[in-house]
Amino acid sequence: MARTTRRRLLQVSGTGAIAAGTGGLAGILASGRAPAFAQGTSLHWLRWNDFVPAGDEHLRKVALPAAEKALGIKIILESIGGNDLAPRTTAAIQSKAGADIIMGFNSTCQLYSESLADVSDVCEPIGSSQGGFYDAIKANNFDGTKWLAVPHMFGPGMNVYRKSWFDEVGVTSFPDTWDEYRAAGKKLKAKGHPIGQTLGHTFGDAPGFAYAYMWSWGGKEVEPDGKTVAINSKETLESVKFMTAFWKEALDEGGLAWDDSSNNRAFLSGTIASTLNGASIYIEGRRKPAQYQTEDGKAMADDMRHAPNPKGPAGRVHFHGTQSNMLMGYSKNQKAAKDFLRWVHTPENYGPWFRVEKGFASGPTKSWENDPMWKDDPVMLPFKDTAATARATGYAGRPTQKAAEVLNKYIVVDMYAKAVQGMPAEDCVKWAEAELKKVYSV
Amino acid sequence: MASARGTTIQDGVTFFGRVHKKGGILEDERWFAAALLSPTAVLLGLFIAYPFFEGIWLSLTNTRVGVPGEFVGLRNFEKVWNDSIFREAVWNTCWYTFVTTVIKLILGLWLAQLLNRNFKGKALVRAFVLLPFIIPTVLSTFAWKWMFDPTFSVLNWMLFHAGIITTRINWLGDPDLAFSAIIVVNVWRGLPFYAISLLAGLQTISPELQEAAAIDGANGWQRFRHITWPLLLPVTLVVTLFSVIQTFADFQLVYVLTGGGPANATHLFATYAYQIGIGTGLLSEGAAISLAIFPVLMAVVVLQLMYIRRVETR
Repeated sequence: MARTTRRRLLQVSGTGAIAAGTGGLAGILASGRAPAFAQGTSLHWLRWNDFVPAGDEHLRKVALPAAEKALGIKIILESIGGNDLAPRTTAAIQSKAGADIIMGFNSTCQLYSESLADVSDVCEPIGSSQGGFYDAIKANNFDGTKWLAVPHMFGPGMNVYRKSWFDEVGVTSFPDTWDEYRAAGKKLKAKGHPIGQTLGHTFGDAPGFAYAYMWSWGGKEVEPDGKTVAINSKETLESVKFMTAFWKEALDEGGLAWDDSSNNRAFLSGTIASTLNGASIYIEGRRKPAQYQTEDGKAMADDMRHAPNPKGPAGRVHFHGTQSNMLMGYSKNQKAAKDFLRWVHTPENYGPWFRVEKGFASGPTKSWENDPMWKDDPVMLPFKDTAATARATGYAGRPTQKAAEVLNKYIVVDMYAKAVQGMPAEDCVKWAEAELKKVYSV
Repeated sequence: MASARGTTIQDGVTFFGRVHKKGGILEDERWFAAALLSPTAVLLGLFIAYPFFEGIWLSLTNTRVGVPGEFVGLRNFEKVWNDSIFREAVWNTCWYTFVTTVIKLILGLWLAQLLNRNFKGKALVRAFVLLPFIIPTVLSTFAWKWMFDPTFSVLNWMLFHAGIITTRINWLGDPDLAFSAIIVVNVWRGLPFYAISLLAGLQTISPELQEAAAIDGANGWQRFRHITWPLLLPVTLVVTLFSVIQTFADFQLVYVLTGGGPANATHLFATYAYQIGIGTGLLSEGAAISLAIFPVLMAVVVLQLMYIRRVETR
């Protein structure tokens, strides 16, 4: 085994440092050599269990070995349930030990802002070279002065629906407004195929549905000043009243107890006709056509379509969950972690993973709208540019720590859940207003 | 070995392989007792006292995740007291503990009586009864979650095919049913603890007392009322004490089954403290919610211990 002398080590380190300092990944690649890190440098990357398992498989088998080769560091990928990320992050921050990079949902990085490394030098070049970040994902990860986390993807929610069942009730294209959706859902429920949506305590689908629905009616959490609670409005009240009837007439009432995977199972088992979800239902149906079939034995995926949210009085709005990678402040591998995050987001490395996700993940920057992947399957086309319609929590203010607190307390979700359980709409809105005031007044 | 021990006793005390001469520090009973107690004291201090006092300190500050807080007095307690979800959690926890404890006590006593009889395969049945208590709570609760699943509930399937229901029962989506569901799972899980502990208590009661009473003409209920119950009472109280403490601080079961939903209908102290402290990063408020259990639990424990002492000294 060749010995590495002190002089040689300094030379290589110098090259790596200069490369990283001057040209980031481009410099590293130009130097033709992996940057030098202390022997045995390893990065621990904590992520969720991807709803598209092929994505995790790609990371483990293709992307990470390639990154290790390019960067000269060992990368350990650990994946856990999405609902378990918060406790792991909290424990890591409090003990100042744990994964170097931790995935965060939506605006959770705002909760941990004091404990995260500034990743502006990673994000800015990515944004400027890739058409710019979408507003919602920037809002979630930028605190006004610096980037708290590197935006990784949107997990856009679209309404996946059974075309043939909608046709059967005389609805040949997906309803354009909430009124039309309610009318269609009423007919579908009468035929035993209700719409399915969760209003439970679960991180993705519940806020994804409830927030977007409220916004589309003109409801908002706070005024643009980010302090004055504004949820108790005529618009929110109308949305709650509508939801009560909509739920009873058109939705699967079991949805109050669903988690993020429940609607996937309900749809694929032929129980519900439509649900707001990421593309995972369609991707799974396409992956296993023999397992998921229609009543007449055809591949269910062939009967699936995607459509954006119906319009409310204030237009068509989406929540679209986002994911980012937080570089933890306690990490002793800051440089290696930043080099890795830069490596991940180069088009040649992000692209293959993005294509494996088949549209479940939308890119954080606008250039990914032009990726040839979108030409592969017309059913996935509605996901292509939907990120532009996304809004971040805390609207009409910014997705601050307070907004993240409201999100994690499920206050907006529970406002609707209480209504469908029978609480008068006015009381539900007042309850939500009181809870919001407690959060925003401190 | 015997002679070596004899020598040791005569000449000194062996402690961690060293022989201490007579008159050494461990010859003094007070020091010896302290030495024997110290491992336990250290463990209790590290894992019970330190977190407890740390929790008290946290609850009096405005600490957030990653941000050391400043002393804010009782502000967190004031905030949680005015929090409607917290009040709901208080009511839920008290009601949950009361109902499950009563049901577990009655069923546990009944099961213990049955298990105390002689029948074929007695040992095997006793072992099986313990199963719900042995299986990790998270695993068994996941199984229950599937059974209560709004779409794929096996309970609904059975009731439907038995012709008892025509539409699905929304086990975890309806607030009352969801609350009943967590009670059922808690009873299922906690019942073996009662049954086996009370069985142990029953076996300490001399059969001669029962026989004598039977000869005197006492029927089954009278024998239970006047012999079994009074003699079993100290054990029952201790078992109930442990159960109340465990149930009051229950977390895993509710977290897995409902996550505190629907709309906070099943939140308990622990799940709500977790949501605030861990989910939202407000560690000090989470600590205040957790500590709010303490006075209630303390009162219950003190009352029960006083009663146990009274029963034992009768």
